Amino acid sequence: MSMINYASREINCKLVYYGPGLGGKTTNLEHIYGKVSPNTRGKMISLATETERTLFFDFLPVDLGTIRGFKTRFHLYTVPGQVYYNASRKLILKGVDGIVFVADSQIERMEANVESMQNLYDNMSEYGYDLTRIPFAIQYNKRDLPNAAPVKDLQASLNPGWPVEDAGQQKVVPDPAHPGENLVDRVSNEWIGHAPYLEAVAVRGDGVFDTLKLVSKMVLKTLS
Amino acid sequence: MAGAASWSFSENDFKQIQQHLLAFLRDSNARCALLVDRTGQLVATVGDAPQFDSAAFASLTAADFSANDQLAKMIGEHEFASLVHQGQKESMFLADVAKRVILVVLFDQRTTLGLVKLKGKGAVESLTKIFEEMFNRVGARPGGPGAPQKGLLEGAEDEIDKLFG
Repeated sequence: MSMINYASREINCKLVYYGPGLGGKTTNLEHIYGKVSPNTRGKMISLATETERTLFFDFLPVDLGTIRGFKTRFHLYTVPGQVYYNASRKLILKGVDGIVFVADSQIERMEANVESMQNLYDNMSEYGYDLTRIPFAIQYNKRDLPNAAPVKDLQASLNPGWPVEDAGQQKVVPDPAHPGENLVDRVSNEWIGHAPYLEAVAVRGDGVFDTLKLVSKMVLKTLS
Repeated sequence: MAGAASWSFSENDFKQIQQHLLAFLRDSNARCALLVDRTGQLVATVGDAPQFDSAAFASLTAADFSANDQLAKMIGEHEFASLVHQGQKESMFLADVAKRVILVVLFDQRTTLGLVKLKGKGAVESLTKIFEEMFNRVGARPGGPGAPQKGLLEGAEDEIDKLFG
């Protein structure tokens, strides 16, 4: 739920990093926190257990710059990935403007990824939000690990696509990040849309800012 | 609804809100009042400027209030319309405003919880009226279509692209 304050000339938006436990959501925020100038970010708040597992959320406010005289401030949140914490995970989605799903590329975590994606769809629909119509991207993290599943398999499981029923959107939309692939495409006489995806190694910072930029831009474009 | 709807408020709304909060601070002798959106965005601060990170404070306030809402439902209550966190010197009083915003009052030993609660009730009523009027204005209803800022960045694609250069 973006909030525009005409008095202080600020646009505030909320981005949520979702995904299975130990997938790298907190690592994404920690990298951003470490790399962004202290002048343009606030304090990072982590509500975690003693073993550094996210209990409620991590929070990091980041200023992205000024557009039309309005300061654009993004509030980044992670959710606790562990299945057990669904009640608090759902609370964090309230009023979300954009979502990054951080998937763990390891073959062994495929089931956990699918379960978390289903949980995201379920929690969003309980608020009446439609994940296919809000800014949403998938980050395939841990691409450096030897047991990382091929992106094609991850895409098939986590981003198989949804039917595009709006006639105005039934046209081929190329994926700018992956030449030869399309975000909206016609498959056996049906129009199918996909979420954009990126590959990342969050511990090294690879793909972290690309993901943030991609989703923030999508959010700002919904205001234009 | 595709996603969360947006909302906005004008400078006039902001002035009205400030005036009510200032009157409340004067009557209650509290130190500071903050208004926080239920999604964790800070809407307004009046009184002694907080010495802490107010963005972090706002996100924790919203989480605190939401978690307590769920606890209320679990014990069969519809909601806890207000919460109190009492410390040795500094205390906080939190109250729901129009189901969308949380009034947070910081107070110390110069006043009492009773007075803050009493005066807070009147402040919540006035603020609820202001926010409901704001939300009822065409397009400003949270969750409703056509939020007023839709188009605020119209034609700003270049500026958005440049921001992410």
